[in-house]
Amino acid sequence: MYRETQILKAVPSNIANDFDDNNEMIINVGPQHPSTHGVLHLVITLSGETIKNVEPHLGYIHRSIEKMCESLSYRQFIYVTSRMDYLSSHINNHGCALCVEKGLQIEVPARAKVIRVLMDELTRLASHQLWWGAMAMDVGALTPFFHAFRERETINDIMEETCGARLTMNYMVPGGVMVDLHPNFQTKTKEFIALFKSKIDEYDELVTGNIIFQNRMKDVGVLSKEDAISYGCTGPTARASSVSCDIRKLYPYEVYNQLQFDEVIETGGDCYSRYLVRMREMRQSLSIVEQLIDNIPEGEFQAKTKAVLKLPKGEFYSRIETARGEFGVYIISEGATTPYRIKFRSPGFSNLSALNHMAKGYKIGDLVAIMGSLDLVIPDIDR
Amino acid sequence: MFLSDYISEIFNATKSLLKGMRRTGYYFTHHKQIITQQYPDVKQILPERFRGEVVMTHDEKNEHACTGCTACELACPNGTIKIITKFDILPDGKKKKAIDTFIYHLELCTMCNLCIEACPTDAIKMAQNFEHSVYDRSQLTKTLNKPGSKIKEGIE
Repeated sequence: MYRETQILKAVPSNIANDFDDNNEMIINVGPQHPSTHGVLHLVITLSGETIKNVEPHLGYIHRSIEKMCESLSYRQFIYVTSRMDYLSSHINNHGCALCVEKGLQIEVPARAKVIRVLMDELTRLASHQLWWGAMAMDVGALTPFFHAFRERETINDIMEETCGARLTMNYMVPGGVMVDLHPNFQTKTKEFIALFKSKIDEYDELVTGNIIFQNRMKDVGVLSKEDAISYGCTGPTARASSVSCDIRKLYPYEVYNQLQFDEVIETGGDCYSRYLVRMREMRQSLSIVEQLIDNIPEGEFQAKTKAVLKLPKGEFYSRIETARGEFGVYIISEGATTPYRIKFRSPGFSNLSALNHMAKGYKIGDLVAIMGSLDLVIPDIDR
Repeated sequence: MFLSDYISEIFNATKSLLKGMRRTGYYFTHHKQIITQQYPDVKQILPERFRGEVVMTHDEKNEHACTGCTACELACPNGTIKIITKFDILPDGKKKKAIDTFIYHLELCTMCNLCIEACPTDAIKMAQNFEHSVYDRSQLTKTLNKPGSKIKEGIE
């Protein structure tokens, strides 16, 4: 897939003839480009300002996480997944813990289940808040970025108090959670809910209704339902193209089947629909947190597990809905203390694969909006 | 029909911009709530669970609770901890295993808390220090047990 020659050399004449005009230009966007939110390397073929082809080149921050996991025990490998999708690191850890529990058939206590869901939804809120700020900044509004970080700080403080870290928590362990909730957790979360309910209306007022923002987003980067399915898109990207793919609804884990929430689906398939899906998802997450915060059952926060975990021989797969889509963990065990092979199915990778299809024919300025609406986290794509 | 659409579009567009500007104006006039932290001058008190670095707790008699069981060394995913053990000779002539040096590589540590969870005697804990920058990398390799420290009585 990696064709270095195409980057270095000029376009061969036979490729250039495929298009109407020969005034083509190849531009490298990234790896260190401010609008790619990380170190994504895109090779863009342009005709004037119109995008002819976008080719993502991966490998700049490849850390071979899957290979690293093969030498780590079933308790140790979970922390590595925080370094993949760092904005929903908590949910990644959750997915790994679920897979190990599936293999060992550990029954997670009710309290741990509720704590996990609470933390997941708070992480999803924090992730969408950051995305909202970055999205608005991509299309030219700087102030929302600071607004988003102001509210995100509150969630970070809650996380810091209970989990001990702000971004890479490593709070999920096979069998439950690492430590019990901090005594201040409930009051602080309630304060946050009350605060954020007014702030999310402010977000809408500031950005959603803005005519400049709408003109940048509407009918840009349209992805049809069929294409979303065939590219394997998941999460808000697919749900904006009216694909029902919420793992929380379709394959409920933990306590999601007892909760009242809607699967957010939009039909437009353009950047604005993806924006609306995430905005509405924030309200759904808020309602989930609200439902659970007063109903945390008493009891153990961690099931009794053996000191050394050994998964039985076989293959195990678990899936979970992160802020970006479906995150899958596939473990092949040979019965030893370390996995034989681990495969992570990360949502960002599949969502990125649709980028070329979405960006073709649009202007280069729209590419930034399309990438922003995909909510790419590069370490998640390039692990 | 076309003209009325055109005018209403302009009207709605102006309205949406003014709506956003109202919010901006609100923050311009209500600047009481300062969320910027004056970091080096005013230092925030971090929560007690914050993971800054691993330290070994010593009491006033310079005694720690580490038995040298190497549970933390095995639990660590990065090889951050290395424990060198020795044998103390007790007054009655018996040999007892004790730690000689507890080496902690801060530069490799990811603050995952697995060593603290693994410790059976709660000898190590996480400190809230987060300013780790030093001029030389070798300064990040630390010996956690203080010189001349002993194991507490009664801990096996």
